[in-house]
Amino acid sequence: MPQLLPVEVAEQIRDILAGMRDPVTLVLFTDGACETCVETEQLLKEMSALNDKIRLVVKDSKQDLDDVRRYDIRRIPGFVVLDKDLRDRGVRFSGIPAGHEINSFLAALMELSGGAPAAFAPDVLERIGKVTKPVDIKVFVTLSCPHCPGAVQTAHLLAMNNANIRGEMIEAQTFQDMSRVYKVSGVPKIVINDKYELLGDQPVEKFLDMIEKI
Amino acid sequence: MFNFTVETKKTAADEDEKLFDFIALGGGPAGLNGALYARRKGLRTAVLSYDLGGQIKNTTAVDNYLGFESIDAGKLIDSYVAHLKSLDIPLFTAVRVVAVEKRGDLFLLSLENGRILRTRTLLAALGGSPRKLDVPGENALSGKGVSYCATCDAPFFKDRRVVVAGGGNSAVEAAMDLAKWATHVIIIHRSRFRADQTLLDKLGRIGNIEVRLETQILEILGTDAVAAVRIRDKKTAEESVFPTDGVFIEIGTIPNVSLFQNLVKLNDRNEIVVDGLQQTSLEGLFAAGDITDQPYRQIIIAAAEGAKAAMSASIYLNKKGL
Repeated sequence: MPQLLPVEVAEQIRDILAGMRDPVTLVLFTDGACETCVETEQLLKEMSALNDKIRLVVKDSKQDLDDVRRYDIRRIPGFVVLDKDLRDRGVRFSGIPAGHEINSFLAALMELSGGAPAAFAPDVLERIGKVTKPVDIKVFVTLSCPHCPGAVQTAHLLAMNNANIRGEMIEAQTFQDMSRVYKVSGVPKIVINDKYELLGDQPVEKFLDMIEKI
Repeated sequence: MFNFTVETKKTAADEDEKLFDFIALGGGPAGLNGALYARRKGLRTAVLSYDLGGQIKNTTAVDNYLGFESIDAGKLIDSYVAHLKSLDIPLFTAVRVVAVEKRGDLFLLSLENGRILRTRTLLAALGGSPRKLDVPGENALSGKGVSYCATCDAPFFKDRRVVVAGGGNSAVEAAMDLAKWATHVIIIHRSRFRADQTLLDKLGRIGNIEVRLETQILEILGTDAVAAVRIRDKKTAEESVFPTDGVFIEIGTIPNVSLFQNLVKLNDRNEIVVDGLQQTSLEGLFAAGDITDQPYRQIIIAAAEGAKAAMSASIYLNKKGL
């Protein structure tokens, strides 16, 4: 397959990733044949080649079942981003983060490597810290949606700041059946614990208003 | 293959001790061009915007900007940003602004991350958000077939029938984007087309787009998802129900004025009133682009107004001896 990232885009990304502080690890789950599995693996390889602080581990979703369970992988292609201590901070991508979604991928890398500025005010962090119940945030996106990476980034930041929260990007076209089940026809669509829904790139307070209802 | 669009590196403002001469609040053409002109005038300048590009982000290509027959929208935004970066203008894009106040001669901008930025002049260039049709069914079915972003949601309407409401350039462009996915696209507009003739010529060459002018959408029908629209032919006054799987609403924007509601004079359409120099009713506050009361929502006009605002701000600071 030809290079996915055009040369000038790769340079832009290399420039942004230069701000990474700590190493991160991407753990990708694929069976090598699923829809966009090949492309996702290639994109992750190309990204990890742009900065030596990014390590890529590729797992077989049918063979490496212990890891599938450990990271609670529900969809392939899917990957987890681990911090410098190899800790799972609840950041998930299901489907390829290409198109506009490259931006939420970059944001997750920068955040987990400690290379991003503080995103939330102390009072917001305090609200996030008080979440004690398990929270599962699904953010359905399309790759042509310019407003989606912001919503994914918020879900991921919530996850990074509280071990009870999991934030997952779901590329709606790859997971069409699931999108139908969740009645997704507009994105970004945010579904919290399969019960509460938000539409659009909402501020973190709106996420928290829903989470606090759980 | 995937058309990667990388946004500029996010930077949060962490220099709250620094005093700016000019902050452009908004990252569309008005705000970015305002910042460019202000910086060139020697003002200590920054751009503050949750993201960059403004409403250009909602389109795929721009065909009416002088110097470019047709330019990819993402590339146009990239070229704006590169231009600003060449002048070392700080672009604070990682946070939202939660409040604006004027204290003495200074504007204080409170940010989502708890920081406060101070500036002597401020450019309100926050643009607009999609205007609603304001018909029954619209809110309840939002995200269930009612959409305000064709580029975002077109893939969900593969092999389906969709309606586009509106008659301006945005509506025609949305219909052309949707025609690549949907089997059938119907543009419904209550009056005559306002779109450019060049766009209409292109539209006429696309086989799966139908046009119904002088037709009003009265209601969007459906329970869990959009099923139909109830329409009225204004010439015959005849009402009918028209089955569709989606309704894309492209009828213009409403100005994003919530931060300025109590600071500045607005007109009855909730737009910031500006004079010919882009000055608002509040000294030191300028406005440009789709947030203002000028009627034409165009990239080149927003950019030009940003430039005017920056030049006016520079003169204001000189007069004040600041």
